[in-house]
Amino acid sequence: MPVDRLLPTADAHDLIDLTREICDDRLRPVVDDAEAQARFPREIFDLLGRSGLLTLAYPEDIGGGGQDYEVYLQVLEEIASAWMSVAVGVSVHSLTCNPVVAFGTAAQRDRLLPSMLGGATLGAYCLSEPTAGSDVAGISTRAIRDGEEYRLRGTKAWISHAGHADFYTVFARTSDDGGRGLSCFHVPADAPGLVFAAPERKMGLDSDTVGQVIFEDVRVPADDRIGAEGQGMGIALSALDAGRLGIAAAATGLAQAALDVAVRYANEREQFGRRIGEFQGLAFLLADMEAAVASARATYLHAARLKDAGRSVGRQASVAKLVCTDAAMRVTTDAVQVLGGAGYTKDFPVERYMREAKVTQIFEGTNQIQRLVISRDLLRG
Amino acid sequence: MNIVVCVKHVPDAQSDRTFDAADNTTEREAVDGLLSELDEYAVEEALKIKEAAGDDTTVTILTMGPAKAADAVKKSLQMGADAGVHVSDDALAGSDSIATSLVLAKAVEKIGGVDLVLTGMASTDGTMSVVPAMLAERLGLPQVTFASELTLDGSTVTIRRDGDVATEVVRASLPAVVSVTDQINEPRYPSFKGIMAAKKKPVQTFSLADLGVDASEVGLDAAWTKVTQITQRPPRQQGLVVTDDGNGGAVLAQFLTMQKFV
Ligand SMILES: Cc1cc2nc3c(=O)[nH]c(=O)nc-3n(C[C@H](O)[C@H](O)[C@H](O)COP(=O)(O)OP(=O)(O)OC[C@H]3O[C@@H](n4cnc5c(N)ncnc54)[C@H](O)[C@@H]3O)c2cc1C
Repeated sequence: MPVDRLLPTADAHDLIDLTREICDDRLRPVVDDAEAQARFPREIFDLLGRSGLLTLAYPEDIGGGGQDYEVYLQVLEEIASAWMSVAVGVSVHSLTCNPVVAFGTAAQRDRLLPSMLGGATLGAYCLSEPTAGSDVAGISTRAIRDGEEYRLRGTKAWISHAGHADFYTVFARTSDDGGRGLSCFHVPADAPGLVFAAPERKMGLDSDTVGQVIFEDVRVPADDRIGAEGQGMGIALSALDAGRLGIAAAATGLAQAALDVAVRYANEREQFGRRIGEFQGLAFLLADMEAAVASARATYLHAARLKDAGRSVGRQASVAKLVCTDAAMRVTTDAVQVLGGAGYTKDFPVERYMREAKVTQIFEGTNQIQRLVISRDLLRG
Repeated sequence: MNIVVCVKHVPDAQSDRTFDAADNTTEREAVDGLLSELDEYAVEEALKIKEAAGDDTTVTILTMGPAKAADAVKKSLQMGADAGVHVSDDALAGSDSIATSLVLAKAVEKIGGVDLVLTGMASTDGTMSVVPAMLAERLGLPQVTFASELTLDGSTVTIRRDGDVATEVVRASLPAVVSVTDQINEPRYPSFKGIMAAKKKPVQTFSLADLGVDASEVGLDAAWTKVTQITQRPPRQQGLVVTDDGNGGAVLAQFLTMQKFV
């Protein structure tokens, strides 16, 4: 059963219909094989780009879809219920465009946004480093000014789309002044000196190719610095809500997919002469799963609506990220339980869902970091 | 040039399709419907012609059907067609291919100045495949059917038709009616921008009176043939279960031989 969605406009309903059609026709038939082979589905991103689904939340006049977060995130949830790696990729791409949209000069916006928001190119977001994960201010990749250029030197870690992206949105250090010493750069994929390490061998989310991106003296024109020197941290923080809400919505879609498989199975599988769904012990597990999915959805949508209304949503975005990803972990784990031995095999998708859920508690700020954000905000009064 | 694409709104094959017990017609009101998949190829081909021409070529979508059939027009407009014409009239319910072709022909004439009429190779519900030929006959235009490839060259259209025993290349002068197969192209999805743009595109609705068609010529009562009885296809039989009490292999081999698999 498709999720019953309250949407603000008729356009939004059409958009969800289009998303579902594409998911059914083009994502669901290939996801199992692609994930098993850890294949990066570039053609899917091209299709989403052509269909206008890659940059929905950006204004129409610069090439986006002009949709509220309330709508964009529900589209993302639908995509995640079909293919989690793709939903994560859409969220990452969206993040990579933000610095130019929010901090670029008029010239940079004119030069860069048509291709970034046009759907034909894909971005990667280079923030994390081997020694700077949760502690972003610890970034050590350097950008050294050299005339009209910068030279970037250092190693970024855990970069989604590494080696597949067309451009890299990079945060690097222009001074030693901690968080105030970071700057943001736009680096095209063909920049000499940009080197990609072998992809990480991960627990899951295999079609999301993730790897180190090494900057071996990469020359970047000063024109491609986004924002002022030292403004990098502010730029990174400005997109935090968007990224966290994206992962919250994707995690909700993943949980929904797991619940759907579990319910179907409980209606078919028989033991002791009855469908296993007729055993209260199992039926109540399903009820708890549904409650978790529904409350996760309500939580991210509340944050989205606040954001759409122009309120500051730092705390609510962190609450959503925490609630939705923890729900995804629990629901996917329980889905494996509902399927019993079958759930533990690769013949059913729930074991993959469970592995995919785990990473949602880690990236885009670990759930410990979300608690840190929430508690600090509470105590500040 | 002016292209008209005839499309049909059909019951979704994914949902439970049923018949109306009272008159043995396809149940259309209660079920989910969509643009017939086979017609998507005709829409796509028209859009490709328009894009290749790069001029003021217009693509008009024509459908005949109940109110819900407007969705088939909408989907085609979202894919990129320019305008829609929806012929809707209570008297049309139960119309056969002959009546359908009459109404479509009148509508094509009313649209006027048409250079090319494109259709799918069949509807996914009726699967008669005859409407394109009947339509061409009524319009007095050449019919080239089952095109798996189409090229336009000024005043002619050339198609490739792949048959069981031969591949034919057929040429006709324009205007012409061409039906296309599911081999001809890969229909696009609407883009979100296309969805937004479709809302602003003109859709005209015609009644039978608008087309000058008498209600007695269409509908169930005017149909040349009547479905007198319908039997639901029986559910699939359960397969044969072979219990292996030593000679399972032999029983299996016997079964496969009987079914002519080996
Ligand atoms: C599949 C995948 C894709 C990714 N994609 C990208 C990407 O595209 N771009 C990008 O820049 N990064 C990406 N990342 C990196 C991701 O954002 C980091 O892994 C994440 O921020 C955590 O950093 P870390 O791994 O270094 O863990 P650490 O920061 O070392 O954390 C280790 C543990 O310590 C805990 N911890 C740390 N600090 C505190 C604290 N103050 N209080 C309490 N607990 C704390 C953490 O919660 C965690 O449990 C990706 C990661 C993965 C796994």
